[in-house]
Amino acid sequence: MSFDKLHDCKVIDVIKLSEDVFSIKIDISDFDVPVRPGQFVNVKCGRGLETLLRRPISICDADNEQKTMTLAFQIRGKGTEILALTKIGDILDIIGPLGTEFYQPDSGNIAVVGGGIGIFPLYYLLKELPSCTRKTYLGFRNKDSVFMEEDFTNVSEKINIATDDGSYGYDGFVTAMLKADLEAGNIPDVIYTCGPVQMMSIVVKLANEYGVKCQVSMEERMGCGIGACLVCSCKLKSDNESGWYNGHVCKDGPVIWSDRVFEG
Amino acid sequence: MNTAVNICGLIMKNPVIAASGTFGFGREYGKYIDLNKLGGISVKGLTLKPRQGNAAPRIAETAGGILNSVGLQNPGVYAFIKEELPYLRKYNLAIIANVAANTVEEYAEMAEILNDADIDAIELNVSCPNVKSGCVTFGVSAHGIAEVTRAVKNKFKKPLFVKLTPNVTSIGDMARAAEAGGADGISLINTILGMAIDIYKKRPILANNTGGLSGPAIKPVAVRMVYEVSKSVKIPIIGMGGITTGEDAVEFLLAGASAVMVGTANFIDPAACVKVAQGIETYMSRMSYNDISDIVGGLTLNY
Repeated sequence: MSFDKLHDCKVIDVIKLSEDVFSIKIDISDFDVPVRPGQFVNVKCGRGLETLLRRPISICDADNEQKTMTLAFQIRGKGTEILALTKIGDILDIIGPLGTEFYQPDSGNIAVVGGGIGIFPLYYLLKELPSCTRKTYLGFRNKDSVFMEEDFTNVSEKINIATDDGSYGYDGFVTAMLKADLEAGNIPDVIYTCGPVQMMSIVVKLANEYGVKCQVSMEERMGCGIGACLVCSCKLKSDNESGWYNGHVCKDGPVIWSDRVFEG
Repeated sequence: MNTAVNICGLIMKNPVIAASGTFGFGREYGKYIDLNKLGGISVKGLTLKPRQGNAAPRIAETAGGILNSVGLQNPGVYAFIKEELPYLRKYNLAIIANVAANTVEEYAEMAEILNDADIDAIELNVSCPNVKSGCVTFGVSAHGIAEVTRAVKNKFKKPLFVKLTPNVTSIGDMARAAEAGGADGISLINTILGMAIDIYKKRPILANNTGGLSGPAIKPVAVRMVYEVSKSVKIPIIGMGGITTGEDAVEFLLAGASAVMVGTANFIDPAACVKVAQGIETYMSRMSYNDISDIVGGLTLNY
């Protein structure tokens, strides 16, 4: 019998992307499955009982040949606060890669719409789709919270940045830029979105309006991360009486086609 | 060294059982560990019909523990028997069906269905704090516990364990009620009812407002209650509550439990049950125990 492994991964690099946003590059030499865009890992933060549960962390980049992976996160609480103290040479206790991956077409026009720390999984997706024409829409709170602009520019044919307060790029919500482009007749084949629920909900509405296939990357508080504890529930469409059932973000997602999500 | 136990007919190669609600039906953990190394599994709480459970968020971490409010999401007892049981049966481990219901009649109906299924025991769930009707409403009164236990025992011929809630004034009274109702054994504790608040939103973190506290934070409460129950009844006890290591498990054995369940620890380390079983063996060899049953109830009070 062979089993999926728990991984002890050596930290190669730690980068502070903004005041409270960090990326950690790790060695994944002992991973025996490739890491795919959209997936996540469940990371033990701190020792012993300091923080009990693992934290689900986005995969921002990976190189399955060089065997490296970059995780990115914002400090949201005690777990991520401890994770932000990670130093080069430290060992991270990781379960993964977990969850579903983004749809990766061979060609065509794609658009990604990311908000804040929701942009991370979209970077690895864009990087894996060099033969597509890639349009990127990123939204941030203000100029100081803009990060990875250069990285995204390198993997996009066109990049649009918006800030809520107008201190950098477009003044307003990122969804307004997407809407304007769709209205002008620039319709992509697929839209991918990750970020605040409200933003994703507008993106999905626009995608439906223009008949564009759309994938969303969902988030929910998790326990085990592997589909056993059932805490990270999300409403998915069903042909039962109520029209929905409770799926789980860690197993049915995080990436899911928007037409499977039950609204309401 | 003998680590095998026989608890009122429930035979297991070691005393470590994966606790209900933390291990699904074994499939997910079967990818990470050899399920043959477990003494048993108590499957996700079953109801007669499928249940969708509560709204999210269903989990909140607290100091040394977690609050959960899943609300018994499960595919129903029939789907369990048809879809999940055949998978679990491929492994050499005891299969315990955790059973929850709204009414005494419904408990009895499930017992009848499960009496014909290839399971090894029932763990009667009268202690889930996260559903609005049935279940724990029976578990907080001696009369309710005795009534449900009797109804299930009538229909189910294999070992019957009653899982107690700690949210009562006298755990000993509840245990005696289960014994009087015909239970073959008792398992405890289920989670402690709790609440965590998001101080900026000024709302509870859990969508259901309250949830059940589990994890290392509750272990001392659980050990005390296991000890109290062991002095209140003659039937065997399965102890649980915050076990993450072999040493933790030994505390429960010394307090009077014949076997243990490991729950929350599985979320942190999928191999937690296996490590707890190994840790018990380490203790046995260090303390020169040849048989695990010699540890059970070995506690001496200070006065």
